[in-house]
Amino acid sequence: MDFTYTETQDMIRDTLSRFLADTYDFETRQKFINNDQGRDPAIWTALAQELGMLGAAFAEEHGGLGGGALENAIVMEEMGKVMGIEPYLPTVVIAGGALKSVGGALADTVIPEIIAGNAIIAFAYAEPQGRYDLANLKTSAKKDGGGYVLNGHKSVVYAAPWASHLLVTARTGGGQRDAEGVSLFLIDAKLPGIVRRDYPTVDGSRASEIYFENVAIPGDALLGDEGTALPLIEQIVDEATVATCAEATGLMQKLHEGTLEYTQQRKQFGVPIAKFQVLQHRMVDMFMEVEQARSMTIMATLKLGLPAAERMTAVSAAKNKVARGAKFVGQNAIQTHGGIGITQELAIGHYFKRATMIEGQFGSADYHMDRYERLALAE
Amino acid sequence: MDMEFSPEDLAFQQEVRDFIAENYPAELRGKQDEGEELSKEDFLAWHKILYKKGWIAPAWPVEYGGTGWTPTQRFIWSEETARADCIRLMPFGLAMVGPVIYTFGTPEQKAYFLPRILSGEDWWCQGYSEPGSGSDLASLRTTAVRDGDDYIVNGQKTWTTLAQHADWGFFLVRTDKDAKQQEGISFLLIDMKSPGITVRPIITLGGEHEVNEVWLEDVRVPMANRVYEENKGWTCAKFLLAHERTGIAGVAASKRGIEKVKAIARTELDGDKPLLANAFFKRKVAELEVDLTALEFTELRSLAGANAGKGPGPESSLLKIKGSEIQQRLTELTLEAVGHYGAPYFRGFGEGDNEHPIGPDYAHRAAPTYFNMRKTTIYGGSNEIQRNIIAKMVLGL
Repeated sequence: MDFTYTETQDMIRDTLSRFLADTYDFETRQKFINNDQGRDPAIWTALAQELGMLGAAFAEEHGGLGGGALENAIVMEEMGKVMGIEPYLPTVVIAGGALKSVGGALADTVIPEIIAGNAIIAFAYAEPQGRYDLANLKTSAKKDGGGYVLNGHKSVVYAAPWASHLLVTARTGGGQRDAEGVSLFLIDAKLPGIVRRDYPTVDGSRASEIYFENVAIPGDALLGDEGTALPLIEQIVDEATVATCAEATGLMQKLHEGTLEYTQQRKQFGVPIAKFQVLQHRMVDMFMEVEQARSMTIMATLKLGLPAAERMTAVSAAKNKVARGAKFVGQNAIQTHGGIGITQELAIGHYFKRATMIEGQFGSADYHMDRYERLALAE
Repeated sequence: MDMEFSPEDLAFQQEVRDFIAENYPAELRGKQDEGEELSKEDFLAWHKILYKKGWIAPAWPVEYGGTGWTPTQRFIWSEETARADCIRLMPFGLAMVGPVIYTFGTPEQKAYFLPRILSGEDWWCQGYSEPGSGSDLASLRTTAVRDGDDYIVNGQKTWTTLAQHADWGFFLVRTDKDAKQQEGISFLLIDMKSPGITVRPIITLGGEHEVNEVWLEDVRVPMANRVYEENKGWTCAKFLLAHERTGIAGVAASKRGIEKVKAIARTELDGDKPLLANAFFKRKVAELEVDLTALEFTELRSLAGANAGKGPGPESSLLKIKGSEIQQRLTELTLEAVGHYGAPYFRGFGEGDNEHPIGPDYAHRAAPTYFNMRKTTIYGGSNEIQRNIIAKMVLGL
């Protein structure tokens, strides 16, 4: 048993953390998330071309560093610490993960573009009626000659306004909630018939409602086999879920540290409020949640390669624990700061907002507890 | 002991229902349903209708403009206004400074200010907290120094709710630097148009401009605008805090809130069933209802105490703690219920594509409201302070 990181992994974390310290301080972040684009594209380019960071989780044959889920977790945790809005999750973890699994010509073409920072890929999977059920799809892809025609509405597609490609789940057969008949496509984001309504998100990113109106897509946009993509989608969403747990760990650590720091400065009744036992115990409880979030993230990351049922059990356990911890740490960070925690002025409130949105991302605490019960406690 | 409404109470209930149905402004209802930000005029529209009817200040003594209702009638009133989702009346004049003035004020202060509070002519704000004085309010540093018949006031207040609309403010200021903390404080009524006052917005997490910083630089305040004795302002402050805490339970509004959550959870789907059929979600709604019932009957017992002539005491801290926690859980459940559509930061249909809505209307304010309502366990004396009060004043520890 060994929980130490390799030298390369340590180097990835150090390099990224130093880079983000220079480029992603709170004031700078607030400036670019509020500009027209909602981002600073130079940061993504630098991550790719100066740091080689977008290749950390890809094989050497594609030009990467040969890493995988652990490298993704490292990057996401560091992103969490600065509330990074870079589209690493949909581009590298999700689309990259799908391409790695499927391999073939599409992977050989697109992965090098991801590593180079030229491709940004948004994941269009959620639908208004579907909640967290990945198979609950009204979006349809109908066979048309050698290609398909895509119709439907995807909800809250993070990073879509910046995307060069969309990774789309759609039904090529079966009923609205059937496991069979689900397919996965990687398409050009600018195809005729794709209508976007863009907006900012409450946690500082950008997203879109996407409407596919008779969008003609080529046959080679299909990832894997037609109609049997659900297991692959479940796998990449599990990988993404663990990656958001890593991001949450970074956020929670900063929420906890910020609270410790503030309570030692803020004086009421003549003493720093950190001297009050009721607040000390609360901060100890927050600390324990941060540690457990880190433990669960590592546990689930190491189990991502196991057979589906074991993988899902581990991922759901992690997401449930992290979601509950993120809520506890976030709410108590704000409460302990008092009024100043609710203003836009301090970073702490912005950490809280992102941590709150992670609670529900890829399934709420309840959703994952339910999945855990079905898998681990089936009688 | 009984909890039935008398025939008179039931008749009163019907009267209230009819009045609201006939008089509540339709335009205001529309804005509330759309989740639009409300203007000063919006806030005052319902106030003015109630003033005309003579129902604006049910809690006040009749001699000052109260309705003379029994506590049960007042309970019915707050139930019915919440059930009909009437806008909350601004508490700064009606529930806060009004009672201080009719309890501690001079005849002149009563004659001038009370009618203007009732009519809505003056909008009030509260100058209590300072950057260095939150939970430890008595450490406040804003000073008032005598100069002839005036005080000269200098200092900074913060978290001043809706001060951008205010005509008048009630302020706690230090008039004796050498006295023990609570003993050197006075309670001043300050015209917000006075030279030397600057109001600066503080933007909160949901993007709202609700609170402000108020800077006072050599502001001249006539001594006649001091309520009660010099250096005895803490008595008014404590009285007001206890009053503030009774209303803060928000039982009726939370009941309405639960109905809204249920309505959302009946619309939202979980598989092929409504979300409200999801056992986990349903359990959380049920727990919230049970906790709200416990709060309601605790408040009713406190109200019955008030009926028997006892003023609100330290036990009102219990109402504040449990009431604020319930308000927050309501916003948590709403955010959870709307799923993915909690994420869009919706800023109205001002521009762009109206044909493609961003999720259902009820989702638009879910996240900002959740963020904003974290304030309820912080303001009006944080819940930590409320627990200290109960420990000290109720348990005698």
